Amino acid sequence: MTGATEQDFAPSSIRPRPVRSLYAGNARAVMLRGWRATASTNWLVVVSGLFEPIFYLLAMGIGLGTLVGAVTLSNGQEVSYPAYIAPALLAVAAMNGAIYDSTWNVFFKMQFAKLYEGMLSTSLGPLDVALGEILLALLRGALYAVGFQLVMQVLGLNLSWWALLALPAVLLIAFGFASAGMAVTSYMKSFQQMDWINFIMLPMFLFSATFYPLSVYPQWLQYVIQAMPLWHGVELVRGLTTGDVNWGLLWHVLYYAVMIVVGLVVTTKRLRALFLD
Amino acid sequence: MPAPVIVARDLVKKYQDFAAVDGISFEVASGESFGLLGPNGAGKSTTMRMVGAVSTRTSGELGILGLDPDVHGPEIRSQLGVVPQSDNLDTELRVRENLLVYGRYFGLPRKLVAQRADELLAFAQLEGKEKARVDALSGGMKRRLTIARALINDPRILLLDEPTTGLDPQARHILWDRLFRLKEQGTTLLLTTHYMDEAEQLCDRLVVVDKGTIMAEGSPAELIRAHSTREVLEVRFGSDHNAEVGARLARAQGADGHRVEVLPDRVLIYSDNGEAELVKITEAGLRPVTSLVRRSSLEDVFLRLTGRSLVE
Ligand SMILES: Nc1ncnc2c1ncn2[C@@H]1O[C@H](COP(=O)(O)OP(=O)(O)OP(=O)(O)O)[C@@H](O)[C@H]1O
Ligand SMILES: [Mg+2]
Repeated sequence: MTGATEQDFAPSSIRPRPVRSLYAGNARAVMLRGWRATASTNWLVVVSGLFEPIFYLLAMGIGLGTLVGAVTLSNGQEVSYPAYIAPALLAVAAMNGAIYDSTWNVFFKMQFAKLYEGMLSTSLGPLDVALGEILLALLRGALYAVGFQLVMQVLGLNLSWWALLALPAVLLIAFGFASAGMAVTSYMKSFQQMDWINFIMLPMFLFSATFYPLSVYPQWLQYVIQAMPLWHGVELVRGLTTGDVNWGLLWHVLYYAVMIVVGLVVTTKRLRALFLD
Repeated sequence: MPAPVIVARDLVKKYQDFAAVDGISFEVASGESFGLLGPNGAGKSTTMRMVGAVSTRTSGELGILGLDPDVHGPEIRSQLGVVPQSDNLDTELRVRENLLVYGRYFGLPRKLVAQRADELLAFAQLEGKEKARVDALSGGMKRRLTIARALINDPRILLLDEPTTGLDPQARHILWDRLFRLKEQGTTLLLTTHYMDEAEQLCDRLVVVDKGTIMAEGSPAELIRAHSTREVLEVRFGSDHNAEVGARLARAQGADGHRVEVLPDRVLIYSDNGEAELVKITEAGLRPVTSLVRRSSLEDVFLRLTGRSLVE
């Protein structure tokens, strides 16, 4: 035994931190666990989240929309008010689903359930745990988004064939928020700190060109909003469902790609620092 | 003797400047049952976490199954079963699901895990509880489920951090019986405890740990032989007189060459013949409220080595 392992030992000790100590290629097991836990305890809560953006669409879009009339897009195209806010709410649906699982649920598992401590004493690595949890949160976001887009289709709010690409786009958005949400949550120590997340989410939801164009704000405030992730999601999805497509949309894609990578890296590092000290 | 599966040499773990583990060395052979005995804060759990490859050492050498945990963490963990000091069962899952899901964390095939889960539920005497919620189990059942879970990957080494703390005597005996079976099957056990009876029951060999260092090492019988007498006489004089009478006894017995420990509630006299000491005391005109002659235990060894009791 010792002979072979001494040989193993030499080359791998040269490489500083081998990837395999972070990743066992088994994020699936973490997802399966989440799936079982949700299925056996709180699937009703999960399904209820599907309706929130639909209520907004009905109340604001149909109700308020009769007062507002049409909105002119940046390419000069005129769209009805419901068709204007629906893509924004679609992005919000993806965001909400991803955020529920990756913030409060993760916080509970980290602080009280000691779930990750148990997982990381198996052959799972921190990246397996991060990826598994984030993909699970992504799925919840995707579920909400797909449900919402079906409603949009029924109400005739998908104005272009580009709307098909809104599905991969919302996956990307959910992935980004899940990844960033878990990264931020991994630093949270108390319920008060967790409330800050809500404190940021609500204004972001209201002001990210969700219900009216960004041009109503002074320039400096527009920059602030454009730095926030939801605005990029809203612009991306709105471009696709209304058919206002241009190369500029790729910037939004890039924004989310960066968010995903940074979130994953930070979460993995944090899990290692917390549970494999 | 078979090759050691755990080798620790001058193992140190520091939190900032504080050394929780301060230069510990020991070896555990395959199939052996090895104990870390020590009071609260001795560094037992910290040592276990390093051996479990979930905590990196500050300095020293550590080899688990011939591998360095700094480099081969996942490979090592795949060969270990871990029972942590406080249960971390998955309360969102049912009893049997806990085993199934945990097995999948090791990347084991579903069918194999399902079959082992049923065997382990039987082994842990949890038949009929498959669908129960974890929160609804008693403390002893939770502990047995945690042990069953730790066995799902058929580990070569089982790490048990205070497996029976907080359980009633009956639950402890059930657990000891299960651990004994594992030992008979050849599983290597590394366990911590601050109960000397547990150490005496389960450990082939043990180290007495205090403040992050090893005070003594050996089999329970060896330790008692080396650090205590065959028998101990325990006498109580009531809390008012204990200290004063104890001091008198210490002078008198000390002159006879016997060691005397004066504890807050009783006086211990170490002698190979406890009855004879009791006769001497009563002849000297002292009237203990109660007296007891018993065999020396690891508790006495600990007292001798550290001047403190093991369980406060
Ligand atoms: N993460 C940590 N940060 C700082 N100090 C720590 C940490 N973990 C343990 N310690 C300290 O290290 C010492 C040893 O702790 P450890 O948990 O290993 O003791 P123990 O022997 O398991 O005690 P017990 O019987 O109470 O479980 C204690 O003084 C503890 O406060
Ligand atoms: Mg401990």
